[in-house]
Amino acid sequence: MRVPMLLAALVAVATCTETFVGQQVLRVVPTSHEELQELRELQGLEHLQLDFWLAPRGLGDPVDIRVPFPSLQPVKAHLEARGVSYSIMIEDVQALLDEEQREMLRSSRRLPLSTTTFNYEAYHTLDEIYAFMDMLVAENPTLVSKLEIGRSTENRPLYVLKFSTGGTDRPAVWIDTGIHSREWVTQASGLWFAKKIVEDHANKEGVASILDTMDIFLEIVTNPDGFAYTHSTNRLWRKTRSKHSGALCVGVDPNRNWDAGFGGPGASGNSCTETYRGPYPNSEPEVKSIVDFVKGHGNIKAFISIHSYSQLLLYPYGYTTTPVPDQQELHEVSAKAVAALSSLYGTKYKYGSIITTIYQASGGTIDWTYQQGIKYSFTFELRDTGRYGFLLPAKQIVPTAQETWLALQVIMEHARDHMD
Amino acid sequence: MELPPSRVPVSRAAALAEGVVRLRTGGPARALRLRELRGARAEDIKDVGYKFYLELELEDVLDKDCAVNCTAEVLYHLGNKNSAPDVQFTLEGELKSTEEADHEFYTRMRSLEKELVAENIPDSHGHVSPELQPLHLLAWVASGHVIWQNSTENTQLQLAQIQHVKQVKRSDEDLQFDFVVLLHEMVSQEIIPWEMTVLWHPGDNVRVTRHRRQHRHPSGAAGTP
Repeated sequence: MRVPMLLAALVAVATCTETFVGQQVLRVVPTSHEELQELRELQGLEHLQLDFWLAPRGLGDPVDIRVPFPSLQPVKAHLEARGVSYSIMIEDVQALLDEEQREMLRSSRRLPLSTTTFNYEAYHTLDEIYAFMDMLVAENPTLVSKLEIGRSTENRPLYVLKFSTGGTDRPAVWIDTGIHSREWVTQASGLWFAKKIVEDHANKEGVASILDTMDIFLEIVTNPDGFAYTHSTNRLWRKTRSKHSGALCVGVDPNRNWDAGFGGPGASGNSCTETYRGPYPNSEPEVKSIVDFVKGHGNIKAFISIHSYSQLLLYPYGYTTTPVPDQQELHEVSAKAVAALSSLYGTKYKYGSIITTIYQASGGTIDWTYQQGIKYSFTFELRDTGRYGFLLPAKQIVPTAQETWLALQVIMEHARDHMD
Repeated sequence: MELPPSRVPVSRAAALAEGVVRLRTGGPARALRLRELRGARAEDIKDVGYKFYLELELEDVLDKDCAVNCTAEVLYHLGNKNSAPDVQFTLEGELKSTEEADHEFYTRMRSLEKELVAENIPDSHGHVSPELQPLHLLAWVASGHVIWQNSTENTQLQLAQIQHVKQVKRSDEDLQFDFVVLLHEMVSQEIIPWEMTVLWHPGDNVRVTRHRRQHRHPSGAAGTP
């Protein structure tokens, strides 16, 4: 019964394997000369492709053998048939390698020395992102400054990066990422956008021409309390972390807390739900700080709020089916932006108003900004369409940011060229 | 493409159709995904429900060069309380065989010393280790059944994460995996934990023999400090 298995193993082993998937490391501690001899004989069976990490030496000296997957059953059967006991030291060699590689990446991320050595292809903690901001400002003090526009419920600073080549009261573009904390590809893209703006400016290309006449404001971690919570406790947390009196549960949906259609259908009045609108508009400091900033600035021409996932480009309204007066223009800009996005990797986006494209949503960000007079108000839903959803693999961060940036450029250029 | 106006967003019906196609054609080595919605038409059928006629272009996530066209009909029943939507589809063309990869996964799982137990797939960083990839696909394929059975005009469910999976050794030829999956409902934005038992062996369809919504709050959700 054993012989056909060993033959099958021979055939299987004849083909080369490149990875360590399915491999194990077995340990045998020989306690008799017979056992020692068995192990020496095993060493000689080349077709099994065994890799002796610790070769047979003497009695009581452990023998460690890395066994490729096709040889596992035959080798174990062989040992068992001869009464040689073994233990499984490493149950999955590939998993261990993967874990080590991740650990290496993690430790290399602890010490980014500049925004050039910063790893854009990985997800970062809040501290790492705040450190990045300071590095970016330090490296580009004339172009970049960091503004604190408020504090979160848990008293974390709400930072906005300002990119400006001068002037006073210039018309501006606003971009925010991470308003929903579990949408990690957005904060990660925000980091890439920040670096891209600085690079374009240095190379006098891309967005540099926009910076001649406009400022760019970028809030990378719009919901820092939620973001910290996704790292510490619940990766799929969406809302803020506020606790209002009378509310049973924690957190308000920051994209239902704006003063546009507030209280209407498309949001929940139950604090234990993910779309809880909050006790009143702007109850969340994360929202109020942006409201105050936008009103105080008075000259924002384009406002883009970035979410994931679904691959959509959306314009107002979410709270009502009534089309916005600028519907046609926004639709045309969307078409152009989506075409630019797709041109890079073929990623397909749909576009339209929030209510017709996904669902009714009241108290939403861009409904409010549009009603403030910011015509070019858009929301993105980035990659993907559901295979990974919120848990988008880190290796997709940069491609996502790159393609999204092309769409953002279209919107920014259009805003610049159509200012009243 | 520009979506025609309809009571239910067309993409919602398309996602449901996609999930059912994936369920019926998928396994640990194949999962079809919607590449593009080529055409869509909606019809309000008096006293029956709301019906979509869809033309889908699908691709294999493991072999993106491999595309297949599909026509599908999705009927959301009137009242839609306890009745899953009807989904019918026809695939044009053939799908490549996954016999070798299926067999490799099957053999590996059957010969594990200890039953496999794993958590959080993908992890927070979206990472799935290569030897767990087939299991991730299997869960994604199987969740199509749970999703279909629990879909209404007002819901759009996606698999967010495998919270926990446990292999259960069987004396027959099937592999059995008991999952707790987290489903993301896109309209309410809720994350819903769901238990499902999945059976499969090479050459067979993926079967969900048991599924049940968990009513405890997932860790750290609303209510926990």
